[in-house]
Amino acid sequence: MRSFEYVSPTTKAQAVSLLAGNWGQTEVFAGGTDLLALMKDDVLAPKRLVNIKQIKDLQGVTYNAQGLRVGALTNLGELADDANVKKNYPALAEALIEAASPQIRNMATLGGNLCQRPRCWYFRNGFGLLPKDETGKELIIEGDNRYHAILANDGPAKFVSPSTIAPVLIAYAAKIRLEGPKGKRELPLEKFYVVPKTETEREHDLQPNEIVTEVVVPPATDAKAAHYEIRQKEAFDWPLAVAAVALRMNGSNVQSARVVMGYVAPVPWISMEAEQALSSQNISEDTAQRAAAAALRNAKALSHNSYKVQLARVAVKRALLKAASGGAA
Amino acid sequence: MRDDDPNQNEKVDERSGVSRRDFLKISSISVAVPLVTGPKVVFAAGEQVPVHGPGKVPMEFTINGKKHKADLEPRVTLLDALRDEFDLTGAKRVCDRAECGACTVLMDNKAVYACSVLAIEAQGRQIATVESLMQGDKLHPVQQAFVDNDASQCGFCTPGFVVACKAFLDKHPNPTPEDIRRGLSGNLCRCGTYHGIQLAIAQLAQKGA
Ligand SMILES: Cc1cc2nc3c(=O)[nH]c(=O)nc-3n(C[C@H](O)[C@H](O)[C@H](O)COP(=O)(O)OP(=O)(O)OC[C@H]3O[C@@H](n4cnc5c(N)ncnc54)[C@H](O)[C@@H]3O)c2cc1C
Ligand code: FES
Ligand code: FES
Repeated sequence: MRSFEYVSPTTKAQAVSLLAGNWGQTEVFAGGTDLLALMKDDVLAPKRLVNIKQIKDLQGVTYNAQGLRVGALTNLGELADDANVKKNYPALAEALIEAASPQIRNMATLGGNLCQRPRCWYFRNGFGLLPKDETGKELIIEGDNRYHAILANDGPAKFVSPSTIAPVLIAYAAKIRLEGPKGKRELPLEKFYVVPKTETEREHDLQPNEIVTEVVVPPATDAKAAHYEIRQKEAFDWPLAVAAVALRMNGSNVQSARVVMGYVAPVPWISMEAEQALSSQNISEDTAQRAAAAALRNAKALSHNSYKVQLARVAVKRALLKAASGGAA
Repeated sequence: MRDDDPNQNEKVDERSGVSRRDFLKISSISVAVPLVTGPKVVFAAGEQVPVHGPGKVPMEFTINGKKHKADLEPRVTLLDALRDEFDLTGAKRVCDRAECGACTVLMDNKAVYACSVLAIEAQGRQIATVESLMQGDKLHPVQQAFVDNDASQCGFCTPGFVVACKAFLDKHPNPTPEDIRRGLSGNLCRCGTYHGIQLAIAQLAQKGA
């Protein structure tokens, strides 16, 4: 790891002003479980780490009539154990407990989880987010793409969005709050994820001198939600496909549905097709199957990942059936 | 870490991918401060904030109940500080990437990967390593249960596993088999001693240790 200077601001305003205005010079340092590995591998080489863990405003979890507010520094483990999360957002609690390992959940923060960088092995080996050879040929197309995207992969970005928490938060209609030199802003979490078109862009709508301050989630006690992951190993690994769903029912029929897939595209992928297929339907093996087929209708496998299309379909179907039968708990 | 790599300056260009162009643009933040110095102070949002490093910084730790001091660069991990500065070599360096658990230690009673914590941020926290578990000649109950259940082969993962088991049992005194599988999923054993470790945990859970 290259040397860097280290600074621990105690307010958000200090943090923002200690961050540089362009990528590469400084990085926000939260739990460090992702950032330090990237620095050891020389994928990132910041001159300054801005440790945000001393900023009190970024801590804390509260729940009231407006819903849930989670400070960016909240540990994944702490959040998984939170009584309000378990009771009112069971699919989120389940996603949290399945993420990474106990040691990582003790350090990793929610903000860091949502901002973690892709696990694409080309990226992690220093070939960039949109890896190309000297002639401009895309490396992933002919390379080992077994874990890469099956949706929204026709541009140069073929990595998959790595957080397993983002899809379920998006299903619950979470918003993310940011603070930077121009002040505060709030976006629906799905809008925070963008597909980079050039190597100078990152995969988040985050300025180099902005920080994630908190995540807010509207009340969801009227929703039936579920999270379903398919993993090669049971734990301590990244999944192959993730589906998160939140259903609002009118009697036994779906009034509105949110179907979000992870590990299929460079961003957490909301499937309008599945949502439409579910509209006014009751959830049965048959309707869940049809919604899952709709969700993957536009999938385009690369040379080594067609198996993921079926896995993602199964994840969507099982998440729907799980939600209908009472959700995550 | 590539400190020993003579080509490391070359490598920035080849390997840093995304940040390559940005990296070349860097100029405003100074780098070469070789000696141990007091912190530089910068103004941020109208307030003075100390900036540490990139050179060596005086640091103080509480490890296994004892104070330790060292001058370290901010880039030194807690694991390297423990092993190289304080001769506490129980925590092992295997992957150095938060992926195996061999470096597990307790920080304020929670299990963490020492390879993925910076020493500088471990100041002011209670650090406990596997070395703290034995009382005189007497093994800690978790260590004894590993012996009784043949839960170790080459032993390289064992210190990390023992610390992870202790943290797990402190939090889950009566675990289900599912709790055990999930709660200890952050440690890998190449020799495949998992069954022995499950038996050790089951034995301890019964005893209420
Ligand atoms: C073996 C292994 C298995 C894993 N499995 C999973 C899994 O199943 N599911 C999953 O979701 N994740 C998984 N992870 C990833 C893990 O969850 C992330 O490393 C962790 O959540 C990152 O959080 P952190 O606080 O440590 O972030 P850091 O490492 O500190 O930061 C990560 C990135 O986010 C930026 N950042 C952090 N906080 C902020 C902020 N507040 N504002 C702006 N930028 C910020 C940093 O600059 C950096 O670029 C796994 C990791 C490992 C090593
Ligand atoms: S050495 Fe720290 S987790 Fe492997
Ligand atoms: S005993 Fe050899 S790695 Fe676990």
